[in-house]
Amino acid sequence: MTQSDGTHSGSDAGHMVNGQMVTVDGTPLKASLKRAERKRTLIAFLLVAPLLTYLLISFIFPIGQMMWRSVDNPQVVTTLPKTLEALDDWDGEGLPDEPVFEALAEELAIASANRTVGQLAVRLNYEISAARGALMRTSRSVEDFEPPYKEDFLDAHRLWNDPAFYRIIKREGNPLTASYYIAAFDGTYNEDGEVVLQDENRRIYIDLFIRTFAMSLGITLITLLLGFPISFLMASLPMRHANLLMIFVLLPFWTSLLVRTTSWIVLLQQQGVINELLIALGFIGDDGRLGMIYNMTGTIIAMTHILLPFMVLPLYSVMKTIPPSYVRAAKSLGATPWTAFWRVYVPQTLPGIGAGAVLVFIISIGYYITPALVGGQSGQMISNLIAHHMQTSLNWGLAAALGSVLLISVLILYWVYNRLVGADSLKLG
Amino acid sequence: MKQPMLRMLGVSSAISLLAVTAVHAEDPVDLTIVSWGGAYTESQVRAYHDPYTAVKDHITIINDDGSANALAGLRSQSMAGNVTWDLVDMLPSDAQLACDEGIIMPIDADEMLAPAPDGTPASEDFLPGSLGECFIPQIVYSTVVTYNTEMFPANNQPGSIDDFFNTEDFPGRRAIQDRPAGNLEWALFADGVAPDDIYDVLATPEGVDRAFAKLDTIKDNLVFWTEGAQSPQLLADQEVAFSTGYNGRIFNAAQVEGQPFEIIWDGQIVEWDGWVIPYGPNQEEVLEYVYWATDTQRLADQAKYISYGPARASSAPLVSEHADLGIDMRPHMPTNPQNYETPIVLDNDFWTDYGDELRERFSNWMLRG
Repeated sequence: MTQSDGTHSGSDAGHMVNGQMVTVDGTPLKASLKRAERKRTLIAFLLVAPLLTYLLISFIFPIGQMMWRSVDNPQVVTTLPKTLEALDDWDGEGLPDEPVFEALAEELAIASANRTVGQLAVRLNYEISAARGALMRTSRSVEDFEPPYKEDFLDAHRLWNDPAFYRIIKREGNPLTASYYIAAFDGTYNEDGEVVLQDENRRIYIDLFIRTFAMSLGITLITLLLGFPISFLMASLPMRHANLLMIFVLLPFWTSLLVRTTSWIVLLQQQGVINELLIALGFIGDDGRLGMIYNMTGTIIAMTHILLPFMVLPLYSVMKTIPPSYVRAAKSLGATPWTAFWRVYVPQTLPGIGAGAVLVFIISIGYYITPALVGGQSGQMISNLIAHHMQTSLNWGLAAALGSVLLISVLILYWVYNRLVGADSLKLG
Repeated sequence: MKQPMLRMLGVSSAISLLAVTAVHAEDPVDLTIVSWGGAYTESQVRAYHDPYTAVKDHITIINDDGSANALAGLRSQSMAGNVTWDLVDMLPSDAQLACDEGIIMPIDADEMLAPAPDGTPASEDFLPGSLGECFIPQIVYSTVVTYNTEMFPANNQPGSIDDFFNTEDFPGRRAIQDRPAGNLEWALFADGVAPDDIYDVLATPEGVDRAFAKLDTIKDNLVFWTEGAQSPQLLADQEVAFSTGYNGRIFNAAQVEGQPFEIIWDGQIVEWDGWVIPYGPNQEEVLEYVYWATDTQRLADQAKYISYGPARASSAPLVSEHADLGIDMRPHMPTNPQNYETPIVLDNDFWTDYGDELRERFSNWMLRG
């Protein structure tokens, strides 16, 4: 391909015309090169096009959609447009006036008829408890309301007597909302509409984010401490033994995640193998059984085991390429074994450490199944709450906001890592 | 769905059931029925699906164990405009949400469901308060406290919710589900609130504080479970002395597997479970199936395979022995008079209104360790 496209002819047979380098057929070398380059780019692009489309459909688009959902807020705007208009004239003090209730009565009747009131009720219930009951009960009887509507509303449910309810309707009467993100950071709105921290006994997420990051960091460190010697051993042993060790590393890697997690339950539980063994050996009494599972310890042990190969493989592949002669040279120049190891060998493994650490850290930050099975309460991670909001509470907006926060913090961490270590030094194997 | 259409379907299904022998070649239909899996789906397969497909050659029933996330599934299918589920087994609270959102079919009980054998219309035959706007109840199940009899001396076995909260006389760990529903009710019940007043008390901030204060007294002994299968497992492994759990699963572990479990029926939390009909691809066939599968005999049949009480009054006298074990099922039913002395009937309206807030508070309480 390169033979015919003129890139070579420029250097072989190029000559000067009007101070410009041209090829044999007289086109300027620059243009000729550009054309050839374009053709290559196009071919390259076509080759990656299937992958690109795949990524776009299965990755970028859903992530975009998730981030959109975390701010999307159509329920109030589409269901109660006239009410919102009428609420514009309300100063936020006391109860609103009759026009608001007139609009509400009309729009709730419509929403009830075409069954959109359910979504509105669920949406507002995220902001204030009992909103769902207030809207559903009112919408069932709203057909029979008579002017002046205000009294009928105040009788229908106690929430209609609470100015805070109207403030919430007004605030959420916007096609975009920040309230999911505020909730994701344990925030809430106070009486004056300012964002404040949630009541102390309802805060969850900030602590959980911190815990998730701390646990991931801990697991990364443990896998490094455990994985480094194994990789070192594998890299320095003859191929025959190294392969055997490699199989020991890979075998669990190929075993189902669920099998590995449940085996840990068998080993670690109070009536489990380890506790029984410790009792039989007399280390602990029958009433002093160790609680090693259904807590943070359980999550850390099981996840460390599951993620170890992600640390060992990049480390091994990097160590394999380090010529032993460097350490020998250092020693022959008078370095102690420790200095030779620490000053000469370890710096060369940094790309492997970096790759392994980034892999393990990022995978563990989003880990879900293992903490759900062996984490009890103290071993839960943020992904378990995201799953809860996706599947059980069905607050997809909040789930999306939590997911986006997680995604953005991982990107920030990766950026910091890139600035400190350099992503190009990663070596994944 | 228009009313006359329903009437027509109801009548036509009644006729076609009378004339099941009148074979005429029909196109094969796959009905996707979503349920809870495990022993529960098994009981439905044996009581409903198998006998039905035996007389209806053209129907094939596909079981999907997706009920735990049924509402999420219904929402996403309806959003995507591609409903693949024909019939879904779910809890009444979720059914009401789905109904309010207009993604499942409203039910006219007397048109769509069979009357009792004595002619009582379905709306009067189903137990009071069980039928929903879009919800057809099948069973009454209860969440109960169970203990492992081997973990207590024979002369000191617990017997009430008070004992569950009494760690001095009944030491040992306790497993509760990682959600507030049920646990807060028990806390107030143990704190002396009458079953009928529990939700009024719980609707006040002081009542919530009171419930959490009571739970605090046993917090150091608590373990949390998530999935229904975990509670019998934790008890069998003697990881815990007590566990809350679903009475059907406890029955299975105790009677079928012979585990030394004893149910404390005091303060059992009673709830319904049943069918909802999404706007799926085979509505006519599903309505026909539902008419048949929720009749008096069928609901009584299900109790041969699992210890959940039938939701029809007319089914109760027909409840008999377990199909495999041959034991009398009546003493194991949540609705058995001896078990039903101090029940707490789960208030779904309360939990849909206050659930979000209380779940946050409960999560925070659990995570604070």
